[in-house]
Amino acid sequence: MLVFEKSRPGRGVSALPECDVEILKPEEKDIRTSELHLPEMAEVDLSRHYTELAKKAHGVNDGFYPLGSCTMKYNPRVNEKIAALPGFTDVHPLQPVSTVQGCLRVIKETSEALCEITGMNQFTMQPAAGAHGEFTGLLLIKAYHLANGEPQRTKIIVPDSAHGTNPASAVMAGMEVINVDSTDKGLVDLDKLREVCEGNDQIAGLMLTNPNTAGLFDPNIKEITDIIHECGGQCYYDGANLNAVMGWARPGDMGFDCVHLNLHKTFSTPHGGGGPGSGPVGCKEHLAKFMPGVKVVDKDAHSGKDILSFAKAEESLGEMKSFYGNFLVVVKALTYIKMLGKEGIPEASKNAVLNANYMMQKLKGAYDMAFEPEVCMHEFVMDLSRQAKETGVTAMDIAKGLLDNNIHPPTMYFPLTVHEALMAEPCETESKETLDDAINVFLELNDLAYSDPEKLHQAPVKTPVTRLDEVGAARHPVLKYEFE
Amino acid sequence: MEFKKEALYAKSHEWVIFDGDEATIGISDYAQSELGDLVFVNLPEEGDEVEVGESFADVESVKAVSDIYSPVTGVVAEINEELLDAPEKINEDAFGAWFIKVKDITDKAELISAEEYEAFCESEE
Repeated sequence: MLVFEKSRPGRGVSALPECDVEILKPEEKDIRTSELHLPEMAEVDLSRHYTELAKKAHGVNDGFYPLGSCTMKYNPRVNEKIAALPGFTDVHPLQPVSTVQGCLRVIKETSEALCEITGMNQFTMQPAAGAHGEFTGLLLIKAYHLANGEPQRTKIIVPDSAHGTNPASAVMAGMEVINVDSTDKGLVDLDKLREVCEGNDQIAGLMLTNPNTAGLFDPNIKEITDIIHECGGQCYYDGANLNAVMGWARPGDMGFDCVHLNLHKTFSTPHGGGGPGSGPVGCKEHLAKFMPGVKVVDKDAHSGKDILSFAKAEESLGEMKSFYGNFLVVVKALTYIKMLGKEGIPEASKNAVLNANYMMQKLKGAYDMAFEPEVCMHEFVMDLSRQAKETGVTAMDIAKGLLDNNIHPPTMYFPLTVHEALMAEPCETESKETLDDAINVFLELNDLAYSDPEKLHQAPVKTPVTRLDEVGAARHPVLKYEFE
Repeated sequence: MEFKKEALYAKSHEWVIFDGDEATIGISDYAQSELGDLVFVNLPEEGDEVEVGESFADVESVKAVSDIYSPVTGVVAEINEELLDAPEKINEDAFGAWFIKVKDITDKAELISAEEYEAFCESEE
């Protein structure tokens, strides 16, 4: 039942204080003439309404959530505790820097830690999430080419092993996307890449993630970035899959010029259901002068004092978001980094890779693995084409079956190069028991596909809503409540 | 699965029927069945130029968005506007649901016959 259906005229919460300033009467033309449709409810009913909704949702605190490329790791409670400290919450973005030195220190130390992890020279915390970070990175590359007098560099190479959101971000940034097919091992095809790049002065750069979107580490990465640099392009690293390599391999060392990270994936801040996210962008020295927003410096230019302060980059491309981005998310991420420390960060990646390989090895008899890798990184891609052909049970049906077992399905039908793809990323925070339970569910569902496929076509049956008409919803979307 | 004899096919799964100096283009029955239920179609406008091997339209299923490539170079004479409101027609009848008609044709892709295309689809399985 929707909140509007529970609404009754006249009900509400009168908790507003009496107005103690002069009431201004707006001009006639500014007054709306139609009634504003707001639900009218008592606080207790409203509270129950949202609690009821929350119970119907599945979050990382409810059960296993192996959503590939999304890194749905557990969000430690200590992050929340630190981010709720009044020194972080009861501040205003415009108050004098001398009164918020702690907040500036958080931005500075996070920036330094992320530089260390990625091999970059500078970070901005402004981008609000991943795709916003991608967009920012591309604008940096664009600004660099414009400053070099090369406005014709408008083409960006996005191999099909790149992260799924990359082509859209490139188009948003006014670039033309060139796709480069993968080899049958799921890696970038070097010959095809050379063919596109050699002597091409229109190439703005490359967007890639490593390990790639099939969970495979591309061992030719240095050669790939060299090919791009040789033709004058810049290399952008999508941080979607950093959870596999933190503390082991750095995008900066692989030859990337700029990166974005997802604090809401890799650095354990909440995401899904609104986050909010945070997608800091880092770059090497030659791109630093174009960075958006402000960076934290050691001296205050106004007062001349040796306190932390903000400074703008010389040729800054402007503001990507107001002030300092989603600051409290940055606080949570720094808490995570400090809790894990220099030893814990690589350990987290190691266990993420171990967990993914454990699951892949246990499942590979029943499920075909795309590209048949001997080892994967933090995620692996199952290809259910065989099941679909032999039983009629698709990746979608298995995903729905998982819902009945309190498991959030893996990412479906991506990468596009795999027809019946299920991409699973278990994360380091899951215990062996959780993995074993999930493995058993996957194996049982595969058996069911062969013994009683109809049952899987009907799934889910235990969820608040059962099988949805996704095609009908896409063809005839109802996007707003129709008032009578 | 229908492999209409009157049509020629591109390996990127479009069909073409030439009639005088005009070409009618759509996607094959095999393509629509691989894509699954289509929910959205993007078509070019009349008068737009299309080029061999370049994308001129895209179709969206619940799973993914796919480009549709032109098997000829020429100018769009007519589009099938009906598809914009009813993309399901492509699933119902891939040959009836043509996408565009092209005139002033100056180039053609390498096209194959229905038998060759059927064999090609089998090898794709």
